[in-house]
Amino acid sequence: MMQQISILLVVLPLLAAPITALVRGKNLAWLITFVLTVVCFGISLWILMDVTTGRVIHYELGGWQPPWGIVYTIDSLNALVALIVSGIAAATMLYAPRSVEKEIPDHLIPMFYAMFQLCLLGLLGIALTGDVFNLFVFLEISSLSSYALISLGKNRKALFASFNYLILGTIGATFFLLGVGMLYAASGSLNMADIQTRFAEFENLQLVSTALMFIVVGIALKAAVFPLHSWLPASYSYAPSTVSIFLAATATKVAVYALIRCLFDVFPMQYWLEMLPTIMITLGSVAVIYGSVRAIQQTGMRRLLAYSSVAQIGYMIIGIGLINESGMTSTLLHLFNHALMKAALFMVAGIYLLRANSTELDDLYGLGKDMPYAFSAMVIAGLSLIGVPGTVGFISKWYLLEGAMQTDHWGVVIVILVGSILAIAYVWKLVEALYFAAPQKPRVQNVDSGSDTIAKSPMLMLVATWLIVIANIYFGIDTELSLGAASDAVRSLLGTGA
Amino acid sequence: MSMTMLIAISMLLPLAGAIVVSRLDRVPNIREAATLVTAVILFIVNILIFGQFTDSDAKLIVAEPMPNLTIAFSVEHFGMLFALIASSLWIVTSIYAIGYMRGHHEKNQTRFYTFFAVAISAVMGVAYADNLFTLFLFYEILTVTTYPLVTHAGNDKARKGGRTYLGILMGSSIAFFLPALVIVWYVAGDTTFASGGMLAGKLDPKWAAPLLLLFIFGIGKAAVMPLHRWLPAAMVAPTPVSALLHAVAVVKAGVFSMVKVVGFVFGTDFLTQSGATHWLIWLPMLTILLGSLVAMTRDNLKERLAYSTISQLSYIVLGALLANSLGLLGGSLHIAMHAFAKISLFFAAGAILVATHKTKVSELDGLGRQMPFTFGVFLIGTLSIIGLPIFGGMWSKWYLLLGSIDYSGPEFTRWALLGTLMLSSLLNIVYLAAIPVRGFFVSSDQKMAIKEAPLPCLIGMAVPALMCIVLFFYPQPFFNLAMAGG
Repeated sequence: MMQQISILLVVLPLLAAPITALVRGKNLAWLITFVLTVVCFGISLWILMDVTTGRVIHYELGGWQPPWGIVYTIDSLNALVALIVSGIAAATMLYAPRSVEKEIPDHLIPMFYAMFQLCLLGLLGIALTGDVFNLFVFLEISSLSSYALISLGKNRKALFASFNYLILGTIGATFFLLGVGMLYAASGSLNMADIQTRFAEFENLQLVSTALMFIVVGIALKAAVFPLHSWLPASYSYAPSTVSIFLAATATKVAVYALIRCLFDVFPMQYWLEMLPTIMITLGSVAVIYGSVRAIQQTGMRRLLAYSSVAQIGYMIIGIGLINESGMTSTLLHLFNHALMKAALFMVAGIYLLRANSTELDDLYGLGKDMPYAFSAMVIAGLSLIGVPGTVGFISKWYLLEGAMQTDHWGVVIVILVGSILAIAYVWKLVEALYFAAPQKPRVQNVDSGSDTIAKSPMLMLVATWLIVIANIYFGIDTELSLGAASDAVRSLLGTGA
Repeated sequence: MSMTMLIAISMLLPLAGAIVVSRLDRVPNIREAATLVTAVILFIVNILIFGQFTDSDAKLIVAEPMPNLTIAFSVEHFGMLFALIASSLWIVTSIYAIGYMRGHHEKNQTRFYTFFAVAISAVMGVAYADNLFTLFLFYEILTVTTYPLVTHAGNDKARKGGRTYLGILMGSSIAFFLPALVIVWYVAGDTTFASGGMLAGKLDPKWAAPLLLLFIFGIGKAAVMPLHRWLPAAMVAPTPVSALLHAVAVVKAGVFSMVKVVGFVFGTDFLTQSGATHWLIWLPMLTILLGSLVAMTRDNLKERLAYSTISQLSYIVLGALLANSLGLLGGSLHIAMHAFAKISLFFAAGAILVATHKTKVSELDGLGRQMPFTFGVFLIGTLSIIGLPIFGGMWSKWYLLLGSIDYSGPEFTRWALLGTLMLSSLLNIVYLAAIPVRGFFVSSDQKMAIKEAPLPCLIGMAVPALMCIVLFFYPQPFFNLAMAGG
């Protein structure tokens, strides 16, 4: 029974997307998507509950035995990532209708939702599959649909941002595909578990180390690991709000997950232990500082948040590079936690975009006072981003600090502290502009007469935002779910006990 | 009722009160009654806790986000002392606030009473925190919930003050306090407060001083220079807020945290052995003197009181850093004594503002004869701060002096300590006593009929002033708590 349910996560969006594309009414399209995401969320939650007991779900597609057929292997890590993706998708859909209505031309709305479902399908597929080539396929599904989604942004620069992402994303995908190809040439297999068990047979081939490099670079580009992040800020800041929420919270996380999967479950850890950790810690640290400093310099709210994402991905990469239990735990927790913070922050940005038609900070001066709910949501999510106790951000930062101290990486400790202080600076910059700066003469643009969008924030948007904000606090205090799944996953990744 | 229940109630009650108050916008009289009732019940709850806490090691564990890192509460002597002071003064302040807020025609009074109650809830959390992590959590909550109170006026000046307030308190706590907390947890494996400290034998003594410095700067609410700027900035708040939060709750949460850190994280013995305080003790010493000196130059009454508070807070920090039992005793007694004296002063300042709309010291000439009651209260507060007999303030200064004599550091530092305490008392006379003297003895050419402030204000003022005197004759309850704590 359970096995059959797991495949529904991929099949349902696949079936729903074409139907949605054919639908005429925008409300119906939204309803289908919303129900779909909620169902996916329910399934993911169920699967997670099922696998945290230590069980691993195997599902063979079409009944073909691995290593010939494609197999889905679901352990805590897969389930956690699937939960993040589907949960954020559900919250985003709850948030979406008003914002989509405003930003997307009416006749494109059903297509937009269909594309969104495909993107969800791709991300969920990556999270579930146990086959490297299948992973590539899903990676491409999600990427192609996100190029299209980003290009729908209202600002004309969205087209350029999307094109830029298309080029870089394709380069990344090509690298990944080449790497997979080489690995296949060496091993004759595409199944992750199979490659790992027989790794000793072809370990000494030059081809394998080349494959590793290609795969890592390919995924790192998708994950926007510094210095391969250049596509990210523009894409996130010009995409439609709904898209930037969903992608910022999930896309890079899923790529980080793919990186972890490839590094730990395709290649054995010993194979790259000599070389990669130092590089990852160095790049991660630079990303933290660089991303935070660039965030401080930004004058647009979404751009600022995007650069902060670059920094936060740096934390995740550092966590992997530390190669110990606390470090890995922090990375996996941060996948979850950062999704919550960034979703909330981009949701707030979306509310501002809806009401003020801009997310440039100097257009938003003093708006926080008129929008107390959105503003206070932003403050709490911002505190979480800084890592204040009582919020999720603290939990992952704490584990990262612990990991760094245990492995005597004192440089990393300093980087984390400096990163947190820089985070205070850029969150403060938002607060300063939205709340303390003197409001300017209102510049009302593109508003139909008689429209009340300027005057109040739509209820659904606020509800979705606050749901995520409350999750930010709840999972900062009761960490049983996130921490349980993460530490479970870490034990199986690092092979320390069952 | 069980102990854990009572602790939980002490935090939930003000929150419940806040919810009720926030619903009563249309009926101010019932709203104020709700505040008063909540305050009185809270005080009773704290008395109940006081009655049975000595033979109870009950611990209320709310959550455990990470292994060995819990949100937990328990009662201990210093915390009891702090909770009693804060909750008793909440009653007094509420009475006073009714007169002040109405007399001064403040807007958004419902919001004011609501956040006030929430802040008190955070104070209870600080007082009963069982470990450093919980303390930190509620310390931050207190900062955030008092922000709307500080910026109550809502104008540019208030927001500017609030910006400094939030910036310094939040910034310092995240930049310094949080790393210190992480270090403690990493070194000791735990953050639960332990009588006699938990770092001895685990932390290399040479690292004690840097860690303590992190705490001194991280606990910005203790307003040790150079992190004192927020206190004068926060004086834009309405007077009852300044009085309770900035003479009692917020600043005392700061020095209370200092006392906790010294007594229950480092442990006095460990600090003495490590010699960490030999240099660090100069920080509060300088703050005491500089605070007093700056206070002399301020003409704005509330600002002068703010600098006086900065100076007085460092007495408590100093007492903690003396790292001996007499110093801790003096420091924690001063939490109580200074609270009652300073709140009298603030109330009097507020009463002057309500009755005459005057905020400057130089405008007060001759007012004492028209407002004898208010200036009388101010005089009592002043004398207690100076530390003269028949006023409670004497006891804390007495034990601080004894603690200084006992100080284990270099001979020179000991003399400097004694000198500082003496000199500071003289400075207190100059900048505080000058005010009632002006009021009573300098004659003014203004001929204006001025009445005393509204009755609730007067009642609110009378109680803490009386307490200043009562505490000289009966300091036992606080004395015993402070004694048992050290």
